[in-house]
Amino acid sequence: MKKNVRIVINGAEHRAEVEPRLLLVHFLREVAGLTGTHIGCETSLCGACTVLLDGMAVKSCTVLAVQADGRSITTIEGLAASENLHPIQEAFWEEHGLQCGYCTPGMILCAHDLLQQNASPSEQEIRDGIGGNLCRCTGYQHIVNAVKAASRKMNQRQRAAARAAD
Amino acid sequence: MFPRAFHYHRAGSLKEAATMLSQLGPEAKLLAGGQSLIPLMKLRFAGPPHLVDLNFIPGAAYVKQDAGGLRVGALTCHADIEDSPAAAAIPILHDCAAGIADVQIRNRGTIGGSLAEADPSGDWAPVLLTLNADVRCLGPKGERTVPISKFVVDAYTSALGEDELIIEVLIQAPPKSSGGAYIAFKRSAPVYASASAAVRLAMEDGVCRDAAIVLGAVGLTPVRALEAEAALRNNQVTAKTMEAAAEAARAAADPQPDMRGSAEYKRQLVTALVKRGLEVALKRARGEKVELSHIYA
Ligand SMILES: Cc1cc2nc3c(=O)[nH]c(=O)nc-3n(C[C@H](O)[C@H](O)[C@H](O)COP(=O)(O)OP(=O)(O)OC[C@H]3O[C@@H](n4cnc5c(N)ncnc54)[C@H](O)[C@@H]3O)c2cc1C
Ligand code: FES
Ligand code: FES
Repeated sequence: MKKNVRIVINGAEHRAEVEPRLLLVHFLREVAGLTGTHIGCETSLCGACTVLLDGMAVKSCTVLAVQADGRSITTIEGLAASENLHPIQEAFWEEHGLQCGYCTPGMILCAHDLLQQNASPSEQEIRDGIGGNLCRCTGYQHIVNAVKAASRKMNQRQRAAARAAD
Repeated sequence: MFPRAFHYHRAGSLKEAATMLSQLGPEAKLLAGGQSLIPLMKLRFAGPPHLVDLNFIPGAAYVKQDAGGLRVGALTCHADIEDSPAAAAIPILHDCAAGIADVQIRNRGTIGGSLAEADPSGDWAPVLLTLNADVRCLGPKGERTVPISKFVVDAYTSALGEDELIIEVLIQAPPKSSGGAYIAFKRSAPVYASASAAVRLAMEDGVCRDAAIVLGAVGLTPVRALEAEAALRNNQVTAKTMEAAAEAARAAADPQPDMRGSAEYKRQLVTALVKRGLEVALKRARGEKVELSHIYA
C-alpha cells in the first residue's frame, strides 16, 4: 500500500506517493532528481549517502522515505544559500579535500553537523566526527585540513557579521 | 538493496503501538531508529509483513531527572543522551552514548531499539547492568517494569512479549562516592566493539564497598564477572587488586572467534579494558573529572 509523503528538500516541498520500503536516498535521487547524494556501500558503513535530516547528519540509505515525512532534508545541492559555495565547500576545494569526489557530499554534510555542534574542533575531534565516512582516495589528511580551514572561515565570517551588526 | 514490501503503520501513541502489535500479529515489527532493522531488512535477513513506526509518537524521546531517578524515553537517540546535561551526572552514560558507531547512527539509533535488539555486542546492556537500571514495558494488558538483568534473556532475545514495547529506561543515580566507566575496543567507528567493559565502584573510606563488572561482546549476552567483583569488594583498590579483578574478568569472558579477532585476542582485550576502566572509575569515585573515549585499533 502506497503512502503519501511531503518532504521539504533544500527548502522546496516535494510531495509524492511512495512505497513504504523506498529508502530516503532513492527518494532524493529518483523522485526529487537530486543526484548529489551518492550511494556507496548501501549497508550504513561508508557515509557517502549522508544528508541532514532537520539539521542532523544521517545515512539516507538507512532511513525510509516515509520516516522523513513532514521533515526537512538538506542535500549537498542545498547547502550553499546562494550561487556561491558554502565555506565548507570552498575549504574542500582550496585544501584539496577531494580527489574523485565520490565521498565528498557525505563528508561535507557530516562536517557541517560537526561544525554546528563544535565550531572549533581539534584534529582528533574532526577525525572522530567524520569516523563514519570512508574515502578511498585522499588518505583523509586533506579532508581533515579542509574541515579545519572551514572552521576558521566560518568563525571569521561570524565575527565579521557580528561586527557589522554592532 | 531494497527491503521486501511491507505494510506501514504509524502509531500516534505508545499505547496505540501496543494495540497495533497485538492486532497485526507476531510477525509485525516496531520501527524505531531503524539502524538495526533497516539494514537487516535490506539484506533480507528480516522481512516483516507489517512495520509499526514509533517515530511520530510525540514526547517519547527525553532524558529527565525526577524524584524517581533519571528517565530516558525509549525513542531517545544515542546522540541526545550523549548531549544531555541530565545524563552527564552519570558519566558512564556519556562514555557509552558517545562511542556507539558514528554520528549519523547516533543521530538515529535509540536506546529502546538497542535494548530490544539485544545484540551480544550492543553497548547499552552492559552499561545499564552496572547501574541496575529498570526497563519499563507496555503491552495491551498494561505496564510492567523489568530489571535489566531479567530483560536480557539471550543473544537477540529480550524478555519482551510479542505485543509489548519498551517505553522508558529508569536509572537510579549511583551513590556519591561511586564511579563508573565504559570502554569499548573497536576496529573503526561504524562497527560494533570487539570487546568492551563496563565497571562501577562504590567506595567508602578508601575501601570498595561494592563493585559491578560487566563485559560486552564476549558472550551471547553481557557477561557479569562475579569473581572479578569479589576480588575488589571489601578491599582497597590498588594496582594489585585491579590486576586480580582483570584476570578474573578474563577467565569469565567467553568470546567467539570471528572477523574481529580470535578468542584469545579478545580475552587479552578484556584484561586491558577492565584495568583501564577500573582506573577511571576509581578517579571518578574520588570526584575527578575524566574524559573517556573508546579505543580504536
Ligand atoms: C554500522 C552500524 C554500527 C553500529 N554500531 C553499534 C555499536 O557500536 N554499538 C551499539 O550498541 N550499537 C551499534 N549499532 C546499532 C545501533 O545502536 C542501533 O541504533 C540499535 O541497535 C537499534 O536501535 P534503533 O532505534 O535503530 O532500532 P531499530 O533498528 O528501529 O529496531 C531494532 C529492533 O528493536 C525493536 N524495537 C525498536 N524500538 C523498540 C521499542 N521501543 N520497544 C520494543 N522493541 C523495539 C525493533 O522492532 C527491532 O526488532 C550499529 C548500527 C550500525 C548500522
Ligand atoms: S551508502 Fe549509505 S552508508 Fe554507505
Ligand atoms: S575523494 Fe574519492 S572517495 Fe573520497
